[in-house]
Amino acid sequence: MINSGSDTSYRKQSVVNRRMFILSAAKLFVFGGIVAKLFSLQINQNKKYLTLSDKNRLREWKLPPIRGDFQDFFGNTIAGNLKVYQLHIIPEQVENFNNLIIRVKDIIELDQKSLNKIIKKKNSQKPWETLIVSENLTWDQFVKINFYLHELSGVKPVLSVSRNYPYNENYTHLLGYVAQASSSDLLKNDEIKKKHVPGLRVGKIGLEKSLENDLIGMNGVQRYEVNAYGKRINQIDHIEGKKGQSIKLTVDTKIQQKCNELLKDKAGSISVMDIFTGEILAMHSSPSFDPNLFLYGISYENWENILNDPQKPLINRSITGLYPPGSTIKPIVALSALENNIISPKFKVNCTGKIEMYGQTYNCWKKKGHGVVNLRDALKVSCDTFFYEMSRRLGVDRLNETAKKFGLGNKVFKNIFNEEKIGLIPSTEWKKNALGKSWVLGETLITGIGQGYIQTTPLQLCLMTAQLANGGFKIDPKIIVNNNDPTVSQIKSIMAENLEQKIQGPDFDDALLDSKISTSKSGNLHKPLFRNQENVKFVLDAMFASTNEIRGTSYSSRIIEEKYQFAGKTGTSQVKRITEAQRELDLDISQIPYKDRDHALYIAFGPYKNPRYAMSILIEHGGSGGSAAAPLAKKLFKLVIDRHDQREKIKQNNKNLKI
Amino acid sequence: MFQETALSGQITFFQKLRSLDYILLLCILILGLVSSLSMYSTEGGEILYHTKSHVLRFLVFFSMMLIFSFVDLKFWHSTGYLFYFTVLCLLIWASLYGVKASGSQRWVDLYFINLQPSELMKVAIIMCFAKYYHRTQIHLVNNFKNLIIPIVVLILPILLVISQPDLGTSILIGLSGLVVLWLSGVNVKYFIYSSLILLISLPFVISFLKPYQKLRILTFFNPDRDPLGAGYQIIQSKIAVGSGGLSGKGFLKGTQSYLDFLPEKHTDFIFTLFSEEHGFIGSVLLLLLYAIIIYRTARIGASARSFFGKLFCYGFASSIFIFVTVNMSMVLGLLPIVGSPLPIMSYGGSSMLATMIGFSVVMSTKIYQKKIIA
Repeated sequence: MINSGSDTSYRKQSVVNRRMFILSAAKLFVFGGIVAKLFSLQINQNKKYLTLSDKNRLREWKLPPIRGDFQDFFGNTIAGNLKVYQLHIIPEQVENFNNLIIRVKDIIELDQKSLNKIIKKKNSQKPWETLIVSENLTWDQFVKINFYLHELSGVKPVLSVSRNYPYNENYTHLLGYVAQASSSDLLKNDEIKKKHVPGLRVGKIGLEKSLENDLIGMNGVQRYEVNAYGKRINQIDHIEGKKGQSIKLTVDTKIQQKCNELLKDKAGSISVMDIFTGEILAMHSSPSFDPNLFLYGISYENWENILNDPQKPLINRSITGLYPPGSTIKPIVALSALENNIISPKFKVNCTGKIEMYGQTYNCWKKKGHGVVNLRDALKVSCDTFFYEMSRRLGVDRLNETAKKFGLGNKVFKNIFNEEKIGLIPSTEWKKNALGKSWVLGETLITGIGQGYIQTTPLQLCLMTAQLANGGFKIDPKIIVNNNDPTVSQIKSIMAENLEQKIQGPDFDDALLDSKISTSKSGNLHKPLFRNQENVKFVLDAMFASTNEIRGTSYSSRIIEEKYQFAGKTGTSQVKRITEAQRELDLDISQIPYKDRDHALYIAFGPYKNPRYAMSILIEHGGSGGSAAAPLAKKLFKLVIDRHDQREKIKQNNKNLKI
Repeated sequence: MFQETALSGQITFFQKLRSLDYILLLCILILGLVSSLSMYSTEGGEILYHTKSHVLRFLVFFSMMLIFSFVDLKFWHSTGYLFYFTVLCLLIWASLYGVKASGSQRWVDLYFINLQPSELMKVAIIMCFAKYYHRTQIHLVNNFKNLIIPIVVLILPILLVISQPDLGTSILIGLSGLVVLWLSGVNVKYFIYSSLILLISLPFVISFLKPYQKLRILTFFNPDRDPLGAGYQIIQSKIAVGSGGLSGKGFLKGTQSYLDFLPEKHTDFIFTLFSEEHGFIGSVLLLLLYAIIIYRTARIGASARSFFGKLFCYGFASSIFIFVTVNMSMVLGLLPIVGSPLPIMSYGGSSMLATMIGFSVVMSTKIYQKKIIA
């Protein structure tokens, strides 16, 4: 028994020892496996996991970039940044958010509506993201918050900057305005997407929008070490942001303000341009509104007021308002007829107040008629009958060609303003393509007095006037100062050189020039737009007569002093077809409903002896150009000329700086 | 002289003291020190609650282990079943009146300590089997009765622990028991058959799992399917270990753990923290320390003359191996996440107590190695 017992015991021992040996070998193998895994994680893939670990623990907070300023030509800030007091809350640092927000509400006297908005916003974002409770605290509120700060953990009073438009409504349409970036802003502009932080303001319209990428600046960055719950442990890095580019514009605030003043309570637009450099001195659309209203989200009431204003303040009339040019087109019609040798300056028409053509009656604005008029007189008194006859002979397609050459029917700025309208200069081809109908000769007649299909923006008329006034040379309108652009004297000598070339060059092909002008814009910069400069000079002289000679349509708005003397052309464009009965009534402007009143237009340039500036004025439903628009030119022109010397001084300084 | 006294069972205290395995003791002490320092690191370099109580527990249980080492192996042998039944009763008690914490009911409130009987079962099952097979003759090991009884003995606690629910511990108990069964001579074919049956029934078993357990298994196969949810632990743990590199980020400088990216860093994921701070070199050294402990324990078993002592030492060495392997594989992403502490390193009184009890028996086997228990 004992033997067998010890035998089995021995067998038992040997089994267990053998099995333990096998097991131990297996254990070694398994431990080897763990070491291999450790090796692969810690040695082979160390870099990968090290990066992941840093990504885990480091979190960046982007700070809002500081937006670049806009300055006028004289260096005045017209869109800048203002220090504002803001109230931020970081929800994760707050113990009881509901208690805190009620406390804050009491301190800064928040209304219930904005409180609900804040709570909604809080629920939609991550707890470590900054919650902006107020973007614009008053100094009193800011002081109060700071006073109670010790009992408000998680609340941060912040000194921040915000866009500010010191000239309020004066530059609204030109600059546009900024407001909180929307999701579509983020989608359309990668730059905004890259730099976006909660509460970032971006340009919504105007230059603020089109120059967004220059203005936006660079985010500052704060890098924090955070724990697994996103709580900041300590700051590791702080990188200062870079303020966006400051942009200097060619505009003159004094003139711009004058435009605003002149258009007070009216709907309309005034543009002023340097006829050689193409610099915009002023471009105002009225009525305007205060862009500062949009900074912190416009209130419902203000927005309703703007939206429901019958004069539509949101429209930038200077570049998006399309109006029939009326008689302001006549200088171009006259030039086109002369250039194409349709008539000679001696050509005469007898105006009886109306003309029968193609079975229809076409009226002159003067019922009694102008009697026998030549071209100069016709421009001076704006005789419609003369222009009906001349347009009939000229034809719409030749007119179209000249009008387009001088800047009508094209965008004035290449791509500064997205919303800029092209306008419409009709042609037989256009009508066939757009309306599918053949051109009717009667339509040529009314196109010749700037009515019918033809539509232009006020700024296009200004450019047209400028390009006539400089002797008929192409210029490139600009609104942003570029110190590398040639000076006026350089431009003048380039123009003279180009003229010389045109006269001397026997092979000079007009047709080639024409086609070039319509296809490329800057390619023909400072090149002549005419065939014979005498024709341009003739038209300018007729415009002089219109303003400065008795019986001229804007004679009452003339300035006799040579320094300020200007030449211009009135325009009164019909909004509605006038019936014979109405014509007989000859109603006073106040008796016609506002919506049916004529648009008043005026284009001018001066000083006549040595022209330098051109302008266009439009008063929507203002009545006749001579009585409503031209008097504004008289008031404005004085200021433009008075500002000239100071403007030149700045240019001289810039030139000296460059050298 | 010595041999005779040893045979007669009369060993002087000095002799006992001399025959302790000092290398093993030293290794356990080093491990205790390392674990205390790691605990100190989990608290961001401050001596707070976890560190204090861990050090205290280690010292108390280590001293207790030393004292119990002098207890005659016979005593351990005789209490083998009793120990098992006591723990089994505690398990039943736990499932009836236990303390609930984080969704499972694993603890028994003993007034001075919150005991987790499932941890004790890891040792109790080995002791129970060691006693059982000590008595069973080798040619009877594979007969029907001797197969059924151990299986019932093993399955009872497993079911109790699963129902707590605590999948991790029940797996560890099961594995420890199975290793002892295999060591004691149960035919390999039974293991093959039963694993085949398990494989076939796996889909049914899975359908009985709790949703979070299913999620963990799915996550194991693809941690990225839910990086912030169930996969979070594996991903963060791998990042911590991987970013440790060759020599680690340095003591108290593990950013992953310091910044709370690591879950349960003082219990199941203590190795992750250690590995992040001490790198590949540290990790391999720690693994080596465990290997020495396992080796020394197995060696004591090899030289033991009593079958009970031998089987216990082998079983205990193997169970430590299993715990270490499962824990490390888990935090390294080699196995799904199941709750399994790293012996001695992890925070937890019951686990520490169970391990120290195990070492007491191992030491006792060493001291009484020449003794044959009838």
